[in-house]
Parts: sequence; C-alpha cells; structure tokens
Amino acid sequence: MRKIVIIGNGISGVTCARNIRKKCDDEITIISGETEHFFSRTALMYIYMGHMKYEHTKPYEDWFWAKNRITLVTDYVSSVDTKNKTLHTKDKKIIPFDILIIASGSVTKKFDWPGQDLKGVVSLYSFQDLAEIETRTKDIKNAVIVGGGLIGIELAEMLHSRGIEVTMLVTEKYYWNGILPQSDAELVGKHITSNGIKVLYETGLKEITGDASDNVQSITTTTDKTIKCPLIGITTGVTPNISFLKDSGIETDKGILVNSFFETNITDVYAIGDCAEFREPVNGRKTIEQVWYTGRMHGETLAQTIAVGKTAYNPGPWFNSAKFLNLEYQTYGTVSAKIKEEETFFHWQHPGKYIAFTAVYNNASKEFIGVNVFGLKLRHEYLDKWLQEKVSIEYVLSNLPLAFFYKEFSGSYTTDIIESYNKQTGSAVQIAVKKKSFSFLNFK
Amino acid sequence: MKILRHAGMALVLCGLGLLILLLNINHYSLTEKSIRATIEDSAQADALLSASGKLLNKNYDSKFSFVKVLNESIAKANEKIEALNNGDEEENKTDSSGQKNETDSTDTGDEKDTATIAGNATDTATLNADNADTVSQEDEGTDAIDTDIVTLLVKNSVEGPLEKHNSLFLWLTVALFSLGSIIFSLALYLSKPPGISNNNVFKKSISSKGVVAVIVGIGLIAFYCELYWYPYLLADLIKLVDPLSFALSGYGADDGFLYGTIYSLAVLLLGFKMFLKYRHSTYQKIRTLSVTFFQLSFAFIIPEILRALKKPALDLKNIWPLDYSFFWNENISELMQNGKLGIFMLVWGLALLIIIVPLFTYFFGKRWYCSWVCGCGGLAETAGDPFRQLSSKKISAWKIERILIYSILVIITAITIITLVNYFTNGRLLGSATELTQEWYGFLIGSVFAGVIGTGLYPFMGSRVWCRFGCPLSAIFGIIQRFKSRFRITTNGGQCISCGNCSTYCEMGIDVRAYAQKGQNIVRASCVGCGICAEVCPRGVLKLENGNTAGRINNDPIIIGNNSIKVNL
Repeated sequence: MRKIVIIGNGISGVTCARNIRKKCDDEITIISGETEHFFSRTALMYIYMGHMKYEHTKPYEDWFWAKNRITLVTDYVSSVDTKNKTLHTKDKKIIPFDILIIASGSVTKKFDWPGQDLKGVVSLYSFQDLAEIETRTKDIKNAVIVGGGLIGIELAEMLHSRGIEVTMLVTEKYYWNGILPQSDAELVGKHITSNGIKVLYETGLKEITGDASDNVQSITTTTDKTIKCPLIGITTGVTPNISFLKDSGIETDKGILVNSFFETNITDVYAIGDCAEFREPVNGRKTIEQVWYTGRMHGETLAQTIAVGKTAYNPGPWFNSAKFLNLEYQTYGTVSAKIKEEETFFHWQHPGKYIAFTAVYNNASKEFIGVNVFGLKLRHEYLDKWLQEKVSIEYVLSNLPLAFFYKEFSGSYTTDIIESYNKQTGSAVQIAVKKKSFSFLNFK
Repeated sequence: MKILRHAGMALVLCGLGLLILLLNINHYSLTEKSIRATIEDSAQADALLSASGKLLNKNYDSKFSFVKVLNESIAKANEKIEALNNGDEEENKTDSSGQKNETDSTDTGDEKDTATIAGNATDTATLNADNADTVSQEDEGTDAIDTDIVTLLVKNSVEGPLEKHNSLFLWLTVALFSLGSIIFSLALYLSKPPGISNNNVFKKSISSKGVVAVIVGIGLIAFYCELYWYPYLLADLIKLVDPLSFALSGYGADDGFLYGTIYSLAVLLLGFKMFLKYRHSTYQKIRTLSVTFFQLSFAFIIPEILRALKKPALDLKNIWPLDYSFFWNENISELMQNGKLGIFMLVWGLALLIIIVPLFTYFFGKRWYCSWVCGCGGLAETAGDPFRQLSSKKISAWKIERILIYSILVIITAITIITLVNYFTNGRLLGSATELTQEWYGFLIGSVFAGVIGTGLYPFMGSRVWCRFGCPLSAIFGIIQRFKSRFRITTNGGQCISCGNCSTYCEMGIDVRAYAQKGQNIVRASCVGCGICAEVCPRGVLKLENGNTAGRINNDPIIIGNNSIKVNL
C-alpha cells in the first residue's frame, strides 16, 4: 500500500483521488487549508448572490470521504521535503508520502501596483476571498473592478446584484478582446453595459490610494482618472500557487514544470491542474491550463497513471464555456482574437438579440477550426467529433441542426446562420439533416 | 419599482386581512329558511326544526357556541328520527344495526352524543349511506341527519355584513389578491432583465426557512386541518364564495368549492408570476400556461358545469391512483347511474390509466402529466416555485422516497383490488374491512399526506413533498419513465462545472449534478421534467429531450474532451 498524498482539494486533486480510489486500495490523503471538503469554486459567486449556500456547492456529501477511505487534512502545506518524502504543515504536522500529487491551484495575479495590499482590495478565487468580499461590501455604494475577464464579470455581477455601482477597467479596446475576436468582444461589452455595469476600455490601474487607517479610498487609472471607491476587485488573472515549494528542489518556472505524464523533475512527485506548467505544449495547447475542465482531465489522466499504467495527457479539442451576466458563451476548437492569415472568420449575429455564431475555418481547405457561440448552445459530442475528424465548415453548417443543444420550443437559428454564410461567401450550403415532424413516432 | 412591489404585497396582505376579518365579524342565526336551504329531506328538516327549540332565530356571535348547540340539536333531531324509525321497524329488528339502535335509544342523551361524535370521527359516510339506502328502501324510514351538514348549516346561518353584501365582499377579496399579486409580480420581474432571477433566494426569509416561512407554513397547516376536519370553522369563507358557486353550477358552495376556488386562484395568480419570472424561456411559458389551463378548466370549471347539468362532477384529468376513490363503490355506482356519459367517464378513466399513461410516458416521460397537467403539480410549479430549493438532495432522502412512494402504490393497489373483488362478489371478501381501509387511506394519505404535509410543508421541504414521497400515480409514471421511455435529460459532454445550481433547484431532490459532472444522462424515476435544472445551469449543460432509447442510459460514460482515457476507470 502506497501512501498517496494530494495537496489541494480542488477539482484536479479530488478528481485524481476519486479515480485512484476506484482502481486501487492505496492510502489517500488530501490536504487543504481552504475548506475541509471539496466545493465547487465556480459557484462562489452564487453563494454571494444567495442562489445557493456553501453546502450546496459541495458535490459530495460529507460522509463520502470516509466511506471511500480518503483522509482529509485541513491544513496548509508550508514546505515539501522531497529527500525525506515528507510534508511540513502550517500546524507543524509532518506528513510522510510515497507519492505526492501537487494540485495547489492558483493565486490572484497582481502587478505590484502601489497600494495593492490596502484593506478593501479584494480578489475572487478562494473561499476566504469570498468571506473578505462579504465583509467588505456591507453598506458600500460603488466599486471598481480591475480586469475584464471571466472572473471580472462574475465579480461585477455579484456586486451589481446588491445594488453596488460597478466600474470595470479593461485594458483592451473591447471586452475580453485578448481572447475574443472583436465582433464577439463588442457583443459581450454591449450586453454588460446594457445591464448597468460601466466599462472603461483601454484603461488600466495605475495606483490605489488609501486613507489613514489603510482603507482603500480611491484609484487612479492609467488614463489619470481618479475614482473614489471603498472596494477594488483585482481580476487580472491567476498565477500558479507554488510559493510553498521554494527550496523543495521541485523545478518551477511560472508553474511546476511537468512533462505530459505530469511528472516533475523529482520521482514520485506529480503536479496537476492550475499549478502545473508543461515543459512542452501538449497538442498545441497553452503550457498552463487554468480552467475547471482541464483540471478535471489532468486529475483523470494522472489517476490512470498511478492506478493502472503510465498514461500520457492527450486532451481532445479545446472547449470552454462561461456566462456573461445573462449571456451564455461556449467555444469549441480554436477561435483566436486576431485573425490568422490562413483563416477566415464567419460571423453571424441576430439583428435584435444577443445571439451570435462565430466560426473560423481554413481559407484553402475550408477545414473547420473553431466556433464561438453566444446565446446558443452546441452539443459537445458533435463539435468534438467534427473537430477531430477535421470536417469542413460547410459540413458543420449543413449538419448544424444535429449539433444544437437548445431548449425545447426555443427558436432555431440554423437557417439564418446558413443563409448568412451563403450570402457572405457565395456558397450554397443546405441543411443536410431535416428534423422529421412527429419524430417522436420514430420507434427505435 | 420597489414601492410598487411593496404596494402589491400590501394589497395581498389586505386581502388576507379581509379574509380573517370575515371569519370574525359575522353572527349566526339558525332559521327555518337556513335549515330548509341546507337540508333537502323535509322529514329531516322538520325533525331539526322541532329539535332546535331555543336555538331557532337566536343570534350567536361565536361560531363555537353556535356549533355546539347546533350539534346538540342535530343529535336530538336524530334521536327523534330514530325513535320514529324504530317505531316503524318494531317487527323486523333482525339486523344488528336495528338492535344497536334500540339499545342506543334507551341510553341517555349524553352517551348518544358521544356515539354521534365517534361516528363522525371515523366519517362512515359510505357505510351510513349504504345502510340508509337499504333501510329507506325497505322501510321508508328517514335517514339520520349526517353531521357533515353542520358546515353548510353554519354557512347558511351566517348573518351580518357578509350576508348583506356577499358579492361585494367576494369581488373585493378576489380583486385585492389579484391586483396585489399582479402588481407585485410585474414590479418584481419587469425591473430585471429577462433571465434567471434567483438572487437572495437563500437570504429571503420566505424561501430559506426563516420566520416568514414558519408563519406561512403554520398558516397553511392550520388551513388544511380546518378544511379537512373542522370545515365549519371556514363556513364564513364558504359563504363568501357562494355567489361564484351559484353562478357556475346553480348550487351553493361547500368546503370543496372553497378549496377549489382558492387553489385555482393561487395557480392562476402565481402562475402569472412564474410566467414573468421565466419569460425568457418558451418551454417554461408554455408549461406554465398548460398547468394553469388544466387547473382552471378540468379541475375547477368543468366539474362545476357537470354539476349544473346534474352529472357526476368528475375531474377528467385526474387518474387512479392519484384519484384513489375512482374505483370505490359509490363512484362506480354514480357513474353507472349516469347513462352514456357515466359509462364514458368510466371508460375514459380506465383508458387514461391503461393506454394514455404508458403511451404518453413512453414518448414524453412523466412530465407530460406531472408538470404540465396535474393539479398537485400545477400548484407546485406556480405557488411552490419559491420553495423548490428546499427539497433534500441527500441519498438518505432518496432511499426514504423509494420506500415510501412504492409502499403507498402497493397499499392503494391492494385496497383497490379488494374493493373491486368486493364489488363483483357483493362484499364477500373482507366485507366492511374494505371500507375501513378506504377510510384510513383517505385520512392518512388523501388528507394528511397529500394535503397537510404535502402543501403545508412547502416552506420547509420544498414544493414536491407529496409528488416525491407519496403520490402513487407518480410512482407508476416513475417506473415507466425509468425503464421504458424516450425521455431523458441530456448532459452536454464535459461542460459541467459542478456548481450545484441544478441540484439545488431540483424540486424532486434529484442530485442532478452527480450525473452532469460525470457526463451521464439523467434518467430518474422521480424527474417531473419541470426543466428548471436546465434553466439555472450557467453553462447550458442540461437539455430535456425525447429521443432514441439506444444510449439513453449511459452508466459510467467517458467524459468528452480527454482523449487520454479510452476506457472507464
């Protein structure tokens, strides 16, 4: 029986633990100082807004861990001794391990702004962050959020739900323009503004000013505008949480350096999730993957290595999703913000509603490369298959009815999208699959 | 907007206040007119009239003292009737009831009174009616006055402002509730952009088991207890809805009509609220229209029209075993006596159960009924919506659910089989024990579980306590849905972020997330297909759909997106 110790009880660590347990009988310990039990970090905003309580965000009931013989330790790891194979914790405990899996996640990235450690400067990543936001937002009237990404809009929605006036500082020209192409970024920006949230584009944070008791008083933007506010949200991204690995001998750069088997430079020490950094990009993806789904896939894959046999990380086509207030967003494949020379964008937008479809394909071969959808939902199953089979954009469009994942009775925009494509490109794509009327009578 | 919302709530509270006021401002006076208006049988009416003595035309301010003397008068009147009947029957007192009556008649009045109350408590309506039938046919004697009549006697004895301005008060109440709730709903939702509006659900007292929830819960439980066991306490409110009842059926209102009116109004007004809340979703809009329509028409107006036509006032969308008395003797007899329409109703009821239920559930899942048609579902999906998040998602709750719901199905099936065998063998199987089981089922399941617990616990256990733990029809649907249906909630590959909104807002207590995060379709017996999980999912992971049965149940799927894993761990 090996002693497997996992640092971090987020999606990566917990997925790994669960999947190891399914296949073998080793001792499993998970250490986390954040919370005793695994909860869904993505749901922090819903706790604040009163949609759920903390207990609802726990995917497994509390008895689950003991039943599956997964030991939970509520503590922070302060250092890792790879020579003696032990962990030292904040509470001065020494925990031995045979196999160490580091899944310590991220911390909020800050850029050494003057005043960034004042009281009232908050971020939104951990359970503790949420508690801080809760105490700091009692009786405040306005707030400034620095950074317009996925966490930024979540924090904006949270504060907005309590009637707090929100101003967002976005360095790009359009919302999340570093990731979204302009047409999509504009749409998202418009939706945000229409909901009563102010966005200042091409504006960053210069400095934060505090009062005598070190409370935030105002901020100055890079455009030299001063905004008085008692709360500042920093949502300019996250960076791997690896400060406790200093002097451990584990090689790090921005994150913990691993190969495609999640192996670090030290035998029996692995890193997964947000904190891992691939030495070589896997399947052309980024070297640090910091989303929920990748954390889960890292955990699944490493568990396979540990419990069954050495398995390399081999992710399929990229996918992600988010919600900007009421605007749902999904992406499959690669849609980059800046158009590449060999690529063509096809963009369709509903004339009156926040609904859009942006596809990217190769100029010459017409190979389908990726798609962004807003206010629409696509079936992961089909998009994944089509991207792997490298089908053409016209194949995708003509089979679009198969791939739509909308609610029953809701309108279909397939025809509009295809007509728009035909008009823009002079093609004659037609719907290949027609939904039969009375299809429910089809006994199969 | 906030002011409008408060104004709306104030109007609703005024309506509630008016109802409470109406329960307390009337006085009661038994008159010949009120007796004749209530009791059709003139011999019974005569007996009560002569037994009432001092009570007659006397004004009572307190309903309790009025009911007390009224009960005494009825007991006296029944003594007279029995004495009269016994005088007639002296020669043929062979049956046991005759002997019992004889001994009873020699007893003191006090003891007689206790007997009546005991008889009332077990409510042997069927027994009495059957016995009475045989007696009256053979001996042409008069039946004893059923103590159930008290409620209507009190209603018809109401005097005071309500009696003088009955319609005015009725429409004033309806207007206060309607206007108030419409203004409230409009102000609440139109001030927000269309989309999920669950902000502060777990912070508002009403929806998070706070003080307001406790008050509402106690109020609901008190109302149901009064309605089922002390309906005379609500006599003033029954009087209030009299004009509506006369307008619909030509008959006066009874406690059932009062309940129907309140229920339908709640579904209509809170259905409007639900409609606004989910105005961004066509599925929710159509579904809300559907439940509201079926409640108003099939459950409320059509039975009243049937009553006006002197036909069996059946709710034609109610299906055995939710409609547990469908196969009970008095219902079958009533239908048999009503010619072609009665036969149609009988065949319709059977066809619903044997053909429509399996067929529709195969194609659409149980949702076609539970969250589109059913009255219990109608209330849950409208008035119950603010409480859906209170259902327990624990596995232990699921275990209790399965034990309870299928036990109740077995019990009602057994009772019904015994009843039917009894019917066809003229009572040779277990004889009167059948009626006893029927009464106990009606009391424990029909009233206590479905009513008091089912609705009274909305603010504590969510809106589907009855549907989830008790309803035997839901159990039948569930078995079909689980094993032979095209319905499922599809999970969109690997897109789930385990946030928990779906599980939290599942009124049936299904831990939807447990399936979604595994990439597994949700195929659960209890799912009523309300579709709220799909609405609240922030990543659009869930979709209700009917489709090929192949691959519908995908246990331990491989989550899409990770090609490292080829086989399941």
